[in-house]
Amino acid sequence: MNLWFWILLACALAFLTKLAGYLVPARWMDNPRMSRVAGTLTIGLLASLTAVNTFASGQQLALDARIVALAAAAVALLLRAPFLVVVVAGAVAAALARLAGMP
Amino acid sequence: MADCPPEPYADLVKYLQSPAVRVGLSISVATGLYGLSFGALSVTSGFDIWQTMALSLLLFSGGSQFAFIGVVGGGGTGAAAMTAASLLGIRNAVYGMQMNALVRPTGWRRFVAAQVTVDESAATASGQTDPDERRRGFWSAGIGVFVLWNMFTVAGALLGGALGDPARWGLDGAAVAAFLGLLWPRLRTREPAAIAVVCALVTVAVVPVVAPGLPILIAAAVAGAIGWFGHGRPDEGMEPDIDPYAEEREHR
Repeated sequence: MNLWFWILLACALAFLTKLAGYLVPARWMDNPRMSRVAGTLTIGLLASLTAVNTFASGQQLALDARIVALAAAAVALLLRAPFLVVVVAGAVAAALARLAGMP
Repeated sequence: MADCPPEPYADLVKYLQSPAVRVGLSISVATGLYGLSFGALSVTSGFDIWQTMALSLLLFSGGSQFAFIGVVGGGGTGAAAMTAASLLGIRNAVYGMQMNALVRPTGWRRFVAAQVTVDESAATASGQTDPDERRRGFWSAGIGVFVLWNMFTVAGALLGGALGDPARWGLDGAAVAAFLGLLWPRLRTREPAAIAVVCALVTVAVVPVVAPGLPILIAAAVAGAIGWFGHGRPDEGMEPDIDPYAEEREHR
């Protein structure tokens, strides 16, 4: 139940954030710094999430099959594969690496 | 007379043939499809199908949804997941402001417009120059992505539930790939790539010393500081996950 609380709070905040763009007078938000922070936050968070999902195992760092998934996804992205193909490439690479004996 | 469609159909056909709507609908299909991966990963990260559906229906912002399940899946608290998702959603306020100027929804439509304000609808509208086309692009992409994203979320959740042990199928590898796929289109120039590298390094450095979930928030603080004190382009990182006009750009 506790998780539900945070899910619904996140949902409410997400909607209010979007709505703020429509209701708050444009001059409050229309400054380059606001847009820049929103942009760098997006990049930083996605990069951090990529790193955590690749290297973190709880509170420890681990090198395992997920690093192969990261490499496979990068290759798929370089080949301009669509998002779903990139995701499947990551899954298949990790599964194969485990079959080959990687942790 | 027989081969001339009656008035309402003629309007519909004209609507569907407008360039902005065609872009909006194709982006809806492309984006909707990756709802499959969200649904499957959410269920295998320990969320039930109702929680997964709530995230797609109510939170409705791909990156924030992946962030929420990614933090919880990595052992972080609900509070850390909520914070990461909310920070990642701040760019939607900037889109909202832009769409308010370009699309100008009024009355109750503002609330619907707010809910469907995401990377893809904002990008589809911004790519048009005619005000009517912008409006059609925004609504067709916004509603289209919303409907298909939610349908494919359910399909993915059912699929994920049937898969069982996530590690066996490499689904933890799928999460890695999903985040890299979300990050990738935002790294067109050197500065965002540098920000990404710095934040990834900060994350890896603090993983062993702080509780799960917190490394992501520490990286967010670093990224926010770079944006606040830096002098990069104001639209850095505001690229859509799937560029609606990618083909046009290639043909140019």
